[in-house]
Amino acid sequence: MNKVKTALLAAAAVIGVSGQAAAADAKACWIYVGPIGDFGWSYQHHAGLLDVEKAFGDRVETAYLESVAEGADAERAIERFARSGCDIIFTTSFGYMEATNAVAERFPDVKFEHATGYRRDHPNVTTFNSKFYQGRYIQGQIAAKMSETGVAGYIASFPIPEVVRGINSFILGAQSVNPDFSLKVVWVNTWFDPGKEADAAKALVDQGVDILTQHTDSTAAMQVAEERGIKAFGQASDMQAFGVNTQLTSIIDDWGPYYVERVQAVLDGTWEQQDVWGGMIEGHVAMAPYRNMPYEVAATAKITERDIMIGRSEPFTGPITKQDGSEWLPAGQRAEIGELLSMDFYVQGVDDQLPQQ
Amino acid sequence: MRLELEKRGEHSAMFSAISPIIAVAVTALLGALMFAALGKPPLQALYSYFIEPLTEVWSIHELLVKATPLILIALGLAFCFRSNNWNIGAEGQFIIGAMAGSIIPVMFPDLRGPWIVPAMMICGMIGGGLYAFIPAVLKARFNTNEILSSLMLVYVAELFLDWTIRGPWRDPDGFGFPQTQRFHADAILPEMFSASGRAHFGFVFAILATLVAWYVLSKTMKGFEIRVLGESARAGGFAGFNAKRMIIFAFVVSGALAGLAGISEVSGAIGQLRPSISPGYGFTAIIVAFLGRLNPAGIFAAGLVLALSYLGGEAAQISIGVSDKVASVFQGILLFTVLACDTLIRYRVRLRSSAPALAPESVAP
Amino acid sequence: MTPEVIVSIIATVMTAATPLLIAATGELVVERAGVLNLGVEGMMVVGAVAGFAGAQLTGNAWGGVGLAIACGAAFSLLFGILALTLATNQVATGLSLTLLGLGVSGMVGEAFIGQPGVKMASVNIPGLSDLPIVGPLLFGQDPIFYISIALVVGVSWFLFKTRAGLQLRAIGNNHGSAHALGIRVITVRYLAVMFGGACAGLAGAQLSLVYTPQWTEDMTAGRGWIALALVVFASWRPGRVLIGAYLFGAVTIAQFHAQAFGVAIPSQLLSALPYVSTIVVLVLISANRRMTMQNTPAALGKTFVPDH
Repeated sequence: MNKVKTALLAAAAVIGVSGQAAAADAKACWIYVGPIGDFGWSYQHHAGLLDVEKAFGDRVETAYLESVAEGADAERAIERFARSGCDIIFTTSFGYMEATNAVAERFPDVKFEHATGYRRDHPNVTTFNSKFYQGRYIQGQIAAKMSETGVAGYIASFPIPEVVRGINSFILGAQSVNPDFSLKVVWVNTWFDPGKEADAAKALVDQGVDILTQHTDSTAAMQVAEERGIKAFGQASDMQAFGVNTQLTSIIDDWGPYYVERVQAVLDGTWEQQDVWGGMIEGHVAMAPYRNMPYEVAATAKITERDIMIGRSEPFTGPITKQDGSEWLPAGQRAEIGELLSMDFYVQGVDDQLPQQ
Repeated sequence: MRLELEKRGEHSAMFSAISPIIAVAVTALLGALMFAALGKPPLQALYSYFIEPLTEVWSIHELLVKATPLILIALGLAFCFRSNNWNIGAEGQFIIGAMAGSIIPVMFPDLRGPWIVPAMMICGMIGGGLYAFIPAVLKARFNTNEILSSLMLVYVAELFLDWTIRGPWRDPDGFGFPQTQRFHADAILPEMFSASGRAHFGFVFAILATLVAWYVLSKTMKGFEIRVLGESARAGGFAGFNAKRMIIFAFVVSGALAGLAGISEVSGAIGQLRPSISPGYGFTAIIVAFLGRLNPAGIFAAGLVLALSYLGGEAAQISIGVSDKVASVFQGILLFTVLACDTLIRYRVRLRSSAPALAPESVAP
Repeated sequence: MTPEVIVSIIATVMTAATPLLIAATGELVVERAGVLNLGVEGMMVVGAVAGFAGAQLTGNAWGGVGLAIACGAAFSLLFGILALTLATNQVATGLSLTLLGLGVSGMVGEAFIGQPGVKMASVNIPGLSDLPIVGPLLFGQDPIFYISIALVVGVSWFLFKTRAGLQLRAIGNNHGSAHALGIRVITVRYLAVMFGGACAGLAGAQLSLVYTPQWTEDMTAGRGWIALALVVFASWRPGRVLIGAYLFGAVTIAQFHAQAFGVAIPSQLLSALPYVSTIVVLVLISANRRMTMQNTPAALGKTFVPDH
């Protein structure tokens, strides 16, 4: 085996392949679950990579792999990065959790950053996520003020805590304005299928909702809303171009500041394991400009945004009643992180049954 | 000028040997042109594709991990395709096999013992076989087109897996995330040489299955029956073979192997059930089956080559910074070239000037 | 439910069914000629990116339609050269075509990500389009819808009422005897394959110009496979492709309405409904053996090499 390897390496030398070209101080690597062209989840992570390039220039070398399937392929891709001289590897999907921890065990000197997971089996694994639900609360408030029918439509992907949290936060925000506000939820069982998302959007509009929001990645629902003349919220990125007269605001996943901070820590030698759940305060969640709404609605939204930002307000603060009528949080009490992370129930006001309850 | 094919009486032994070499050479040439057009160093790109994944031991392990399901599924498909049964739904049989095999570690997580892994493998084969039985029996009994029914069942299997993992089989300690609990060590298919990499015993199954498939297809009466019925169901009828039984047999064998691939992947490479366990192995294996000319040894080689192109694609993305789109275009070029070069084995290819009889208008007045 | 809502729901079904109908009708002609091209998904996604690009470059949706048809046909030519001239295995060649199409479209489309597309305007016939109910449904759709219906009628007429159609079906049933009768098997098959490619391209353009006017990678999301299934479902009859496409569209849309109504059924089960019901209907149809056997092109998927 070694002879073969030597021969192959010699061949490589002859045809002029440079093994090490790195003059940079550090190498940062990303693994995406979708194509960077999804204009949603993976697109935004890639925008974070570009921020790192902008911030560090030649000091940091970057690399990425896109559309890496969760499962056996992920472990190989992560291991390849670990072996190719990456100092820090960002694995940006929940499904990479096992693979990230497995590779981290074998490469104790490489730093691993896993998005949206909860396992940190080794000291070189950090988990990070963003409190997108904070933005959903603001959206709920805006929806309740803008809606004439008092019903909003929610295009949901999969019933995982992340999505359920968003739905609950949205309805809580809406009920803070209009206690009778209700929400129709349609599960499309995909993160990304423009046609299906458009169909779901049309179905919701036909059923009388006049505000659309989505927890799927494409811009299709926004276009449907624009065509049908109702309002909608964007997802992951600013979708203004797809809904000029429609988009009220959008929750923007802004991973750039976090990535720059963590790469900086690697350069400084100060990187440490952590469990980050950053929200608006940390700059992980930003709202696209408030548009297509009266001044006073935008003003209220900005006040709520500021309150959340400075920690004065938090969406999941009691009194909150569960969908089944039982009390969840007494007045004034804030939800614990563990409860939020594993949320598998609706609060009152959601016109849907959570799958598998 | 026209291109004409003339069927060879016998497959050309010479071209059987050199066709893959021609294919690789042509692919390399076309690939080099493409990379050059994209402004990437062509030689380095080709090196990344074909050589870099083979320069390190861990990477060879990964090659075997990737090739294992492709080979197992494609071997089963050879039984189907040779007997003229168009099983397009191996992906679904893979998934159901993985689920059936996971019954023991998920529903009875406290069971221990060396018998667990073999039992899981058998359950996986039964699950995959039963799922393939559906399109088979629909075809045999109702004459329902199997391309459609097996393909539709893929979507059903994916959704069933999804529902199961988000519902009854969800890990109680998993914060509500869609995944089962991690399998206990006794339910993990062991690695072959765990000191150097991840390749698990699934690859041994692939080798054994290749040998068995080769023996059955070329040395037994069953293999003969498959060939005869594949050529013509009527001729098979005259020979006393039962075409309906063959439908069931081919589908169940194919499903069982896909199921084995599924549970091997889950138990050997992933370690738990998740909503997505296959990046389309069942479909890629169809290509593998045909690249291998429906011949077990050929399938074994084709599975390794296709796995190499996946690993090479990743290596190229990292080392020269092409996108995964470029990687899949290159893979497409490779497949097309291999298919085209195979023509040389079966046919003589001639270039001719158009015969006047067929194109009278081209004759000068 | 008001009449307007019902009209709107039917219109949604029509939009969802149209790309399936166009792609399936094209593939039907290909299969009637005895060729199985499993590359529909790949040709469709190439059509989608070409349609988007053409509309952006010319500033006109019709420019996109034209480019999509041309690119779909040109892309299918690759399949033709391999499967027809070089007599490669059709199943493997078609699958490889899909792989290539997804890659090529992603490469070309990188420039268009995040741009809103040109939406094709709906037809407006003064007087007719304003009629209640039938107006918007029959006289207010997008042009590609009308093309899709014309396509079904045209293909049906061509296959069963013309001499050329008869020849094409003869080739599909027995290329050997067709060749012996002096029909140019390979030429006709080339034309059929390119027609299928053009249709798949047009179906892709419907996605990126009408259904969801934008370009995103892999935006066909498996519709090419459904189109393939519909051809079999329809037992190779154009009229039944129409029925199948609309049934499939209706069941797909119905599941969202059921959810929005608050029907407490697991959404995965609802999502599986279109696929399960396709199988069930097919079983019911195919139990009538005579009907299917008559229509199945006997030479489907078999390679043909003329002996000179």
